[in-house]
Amino acid sequence: MQELTADAAIELREIDKSFGSVHAVRGASLRVERGSITGIVGENGAGKSTLMSILYGLHLADAGEILVDGRPVEMASPRDAIGHGIGMVHQHFMLVDSFTVLENLILGAEGGALLAAGLASARGELARLSGEYGLAVDPDARVADLSVGEQQRVEILKVLLRGARILILDEPSAVLTPQETDRLLQILRLLRDRGVTVVLITHKLREILAVTDKVIVMRRGEVVAERRTAETGAEELAELMVGRKVRFDLDKAPARRGETMLAAWHLSLVDGRGVRLLDDISLEVRSGEIVGIAGVSGNGQTELLQVLSGIRPPTGGEMEVCRRKVDAAHPVDPAEMRDLGVAHVPEDRLRQGLVPAFLASETSILGYQDREPFCHNYLMDGPAVGKYCADLMERFDVRPRTPGLRSANFSGGNQQKLILAREMARNPKVLLVGQPTRGVDIGAIEFIRRELIKSRDAGCAVLVVSVELEEILSLADRILVMFGGRIVGEVAAGEADERTLGLMMAGARAA
Amino acid sequence: MSASRRPLPGWVEIGLLPLANIAMAFLLVGLIVAVIGVDPFHALKLLVLGALGSSESIGYTLYYATNFIFTGLAVAVAFHAGLFNIGGEGQAYIGGLGCGLAVLALDRYLPTLLVIPLAILASAAFGAAWAAIPAWMQAWRGSHIVITTIMFNFVASALMVYLMVNVLIAPGSMTPQSRGFTASAAVPSMQAALQWIGIAVAPSALNLSLLLALVACVGVWIFLWHTPWGYSLRTMGHNPEAALYAGTNLKRMTMLAMCLSGALAGGVAVNELLGVHHRLVLDFAAGYGFTGIAVALMGRGHPLGIVLAALLFGALQQGGAELNFEIPKITREMVVVIQGLVILFSGALVHLPRPWLQALFARKG
Ligand SMILES: Nc1ncnc2c1ncn2[C@@H]1O[C@H](COP(=O)(O)OP(=O)(O)OP(=O)(O)O)[C@@H](O)[C@H]1O
Ligand SMILES: [Mg+2]
Repeated sequence: MQELTADAAIELREIDKSFGSVHAVRGASLRVERGSITGIVGENGAGKSTLMSILYGLHLADAGEILVDGRPVEMASPRDAIGHGIGMVHQHFMLVDSFTVLENLILGAEGGALLAAGLASARGELARLSGEYGLAVDPDARVADLSVGEQQRVEILKVLLRGARILILDEPSAVLTPQETDRLLQILRLLRDRGVTVVLITHKLREILAVTDKVIVMRRGEVVAERRTAETGAEELAELMVGRKVRFDLDKAPARRGETMLAAWHLSLVDGRGVRLLDDISLEVRSGEIVGIAGVSGNGQTELLQVLSGIRPPTGGEMEVCRRKVDAAHPVDPAEMRDLGVAHVPEDRLRQGLVPAFLASETSILGYQDREPFCHNYLMDGPAVGKYCADLMERFDVRPRTPGLRSANFSGGNQQKLILAREMARNPKVLLVGQPTRGVDIGAIEFIRRELIKSRDAGCAVLVVSVELEEILSLADRILVMFGGRIVGEVAAGEADERTLGLMMAGARAA
Repeated sequence: MSASRRPLPGWVEIGLLPLANIAMAFLLVGLIVAVIGVDPFHALKLLVLGALGSSESIGYTLYYATNFIFTGLAVAVAFHAGLFNIGGEGQAYIGGLGCGLAVLALDRYLPTLLVIPLAILASAAFGAAWAAIPAWMQAWRGSHIVITTIMFNFVASALMVYLMVNVLIAPGSMTPQSRGFTASAAVPSMQAALQWIGIAVAPSALNLSLLLALVACVGVWIFLWHTPWGYSLRTMGHNPEAALYAGTNLKRMTMLAMCLSGALAGGVAVNELLGVHHRLVLDFAAGYGFTGIAVALMGRGHPLGIVLAALLFGALQQGGAELNFEIPKITREMVVVIQGLVILFSGALVHLPRPWLQALFARKG
C-alpha cells in the first residue's frame, strides 16, 4: 500500500459524514496526485463541499482516514490542515474590507508584536509570490476597492503565504466574470507547474476540461467515477453526474409577445456621493418574452434589478409596472410590487434571498409571509407553510426534502432552487431574475432554464440578468447589453453571437 | 467561520451548556467565599435554602423573577430585531411614571376592574414612548441605539427625581414619594389569591403580576414566531438586506420592535408599584433593566429560556439577601459579585465549556 500512495499528495479513505438525518458523504475515497490539478464535479448536495471541509478540518468525519503525503493525519481544525500545507479558498471571501491587501495578508500571522516588521517581510514575500505565480495585486490597495477577481487573488495569496502546497478551491469561478475566470485558470496552471497541488470544485465543465488532469465525480455522497481529463468529455461527465443524459440545447418555440408588463423610460439612479449608477435606461418587457441583460458584472445590473423590483427608488425617469406608474415622487416598495404580480430572484442569494438562520420553510415564504394561505387573521399557519415548502421542494427537486432544516445547511445550489421555486411558484406576471443558475449543477441548470421558458410560454414577462453570455444566448428572445450604467445596445436573439456581444460588453457602442 | 463550531446535540446546547456555565461560576464563587473564611458548602446551603427553603422565600424568589421576566423579554424582543436595547431600566422607570399618573388620577373614581387595566396600559404606553425616542433617532437620524438608550436611563432617572421631589411628592411628606394608592389600584398578593382558593402560604411580595408576566411570555412567543410581523422582525434582525428585499420597512420595524420592548419593560412598574409599594417611589426599577440583558442572553432569547433564567436570577437575588443576613461577612457587594460571575460565565464566557462538551458529545449523528 505504501508504494501506491507515495506520489499521492492527499488520499481520503472511506470518509463518512452525516448531519443529523442527512447522510452527506458515504464512504468516499479519492487520491490527489502531487503537482496536479484535480477537479471534483457533482450535483448540488452531492457532498463536494462537505468532503473538502473535512479535509480542511472544518468538519470532523464520522469515519474514515485522511493521508497527507502518505501519512495518516488528524484534521481536527483548519490549523492542523494549514500545518500540513493545505489551504482552502472559500466561495465567500473572508477578507476585511477596510484593510489594505497587505494588512489582510498578515492577518492571523502578524509575526510579532509590532506590525511594521511583519508588514515588511510580507511585502517581500508578496513580491516574490506574485512574480512567481502571476498573481498581480497592489499591496497597498484597500480590499473594498478591488474587483471580485482581485479579491480572490488576495485569498489565494493569503493561502500561499501560509506555506500551503495543496490548494482547495470551492466554486471559485461562481462569482467571476468570464474574463476573470480565464485569468484564474491561467494562474492555476502556473501554480501546478510550480509544484502546487490543486483541487478544484466547479459546476462548469468547460473549466474542468480546460485545466484539470483528473476529474472525480460525486453523486449522493459517493465517489462514483474517476476519469483522466484527456479521456473524457462534457457529455460523459454530465451523464456521470446526473445519472442520465443531459441535453445542452434548449428547443424553445419563438416568443409570442403580448402586452407590455414592464416599461422604463430614462431611468436614472444617482447615489449619495453623486455617482451615476444608472443612466438613461429605457426598456420594455412584454408578456410572453424573455429579455436578457448581458454585461460584465458591476455595470449597473445589480442596481437595475433593485430599482425594477422596488428595493431602491429611481432618482430620475419613470417606469410602469403592470399599469402602475412609478417615479421618484411615486415610489413603490417591494411588498407592493409583489401585490402587482412582480417576483424577484435576487442576485445575491445569501444576503438577500434568504435568511441563513431561518428554516427552509420560513425561507420559502420570505416576502409572502403576510399572505394567504400562510397567514390568516394575523396568525401564521405553521403546518400550511411546512406543507407549501414540501410541495416546492418536490416540484423543484430541492434536496434534502426537509422543510425543518436551516437554510444555511442546504448546499449552495439547493438554496438557489428553493428561492427560484418560491418566486416562480406564484405565477407572477413579471419575473425578474438575477444570475438564475449561479452555483447550480448542470442537471438543475437545464431544469431551471426550462422552467423559465415555461413561465414565458404561460404569459409571464421575464427579465434575466446574467454575466454568463452562454446563458443569455440560450434563454433570451431579446438581448440588451449594459455598460457603465447604460444600455449600450439591443440585439434580437437570432442575430446575436458571442463576439459582437462581447465587444458591446466591453464598451464599444453598437452601430 | 461558524462551521468550525461543531454542532452539539440540542439538549446539550440548551440544557447542559448553561448548567456547565453556572457550575463554573459557582466553583469560582466557592473559592472566593473560602478565601474570606466561610465554608463554601455552608454558604451554598444557606443560599439555596434562602431562595427555596420556605413558601415565603419561594414567594420572594418568584417576585424577583417576575421583574426579570419583563426586562428579559424586553431585551430579547429588541435583540431579535438586531437592536441592543440597554435602556430597559429607564423604560421601566418611565413606565412607572405612567402607571403612577394613571392611578393617581383615577383610583378615587373608578373601580378596580378599570383602574388596574388602565394603569397597566399606561405603564406599557409610557415605557414604549420612552423607547420610541431612541428608536426614532436610530431609524431616521442614525444615532446608535446602544448609546442613546443608555443615556436615556440617566435622563429618566433625573426626570423622575425632579418630578418626585417637586411635583408628585405627597403634601407634607418628608420622603420623595407620592400619596398612597387606594385599594382599588392594588394588584392582589399571591397569598391573598391562594387563600381565596384555600391554599395557605406565607405572605411575601409576590403578587398576581407574575401571571401578567407569564401571559407576556406567551404573547411574545406568539408574536415572534407566529405572526407575519414577528417574522419580519426576525428577518430584519438576522439579515436587514433580506428584510428590505421582502418589503419590510426597516424604519417602521425598528420603531415597532423598540416600542414593544419598552412596553414590556413597563411591566416592572406593574409588579413594583401596583403589587408592592402601592405608591409612586424612587428607584423601584434599579438593577432590573441591566440584569434583564443577562436573563435574555442566558435564555437564548426564547420566552421559555427567559422564564428559567429569570427564576435563577430571582433565586440568586433572594438567596443572596438571606446569605447576607445570616453571614454578615458575605456582604451585599459579595452577593452582587456572585450575580456578576453568573452573568460573566453565562454571557461573555458562554462558549468556554464548549470544547469540553464537544469532546464529550462530539456529534456524529
Ligand atoms: N451543517 C449542515 N447541517 C446539515 N446538513 C448539511 C450541513 N452541511 C451540509 N449539509 C447537507 O449535506 C449535503 C451535502 O452538502 P454539500 O454542501 O457538501 O454539497 P455540494 O456538493 O457542495 O453542493 P453544491 O454544489 O450545491 O455546493 C447536502 O444535502 C446538505 O444539505
Ligand atoms: Mg458546495
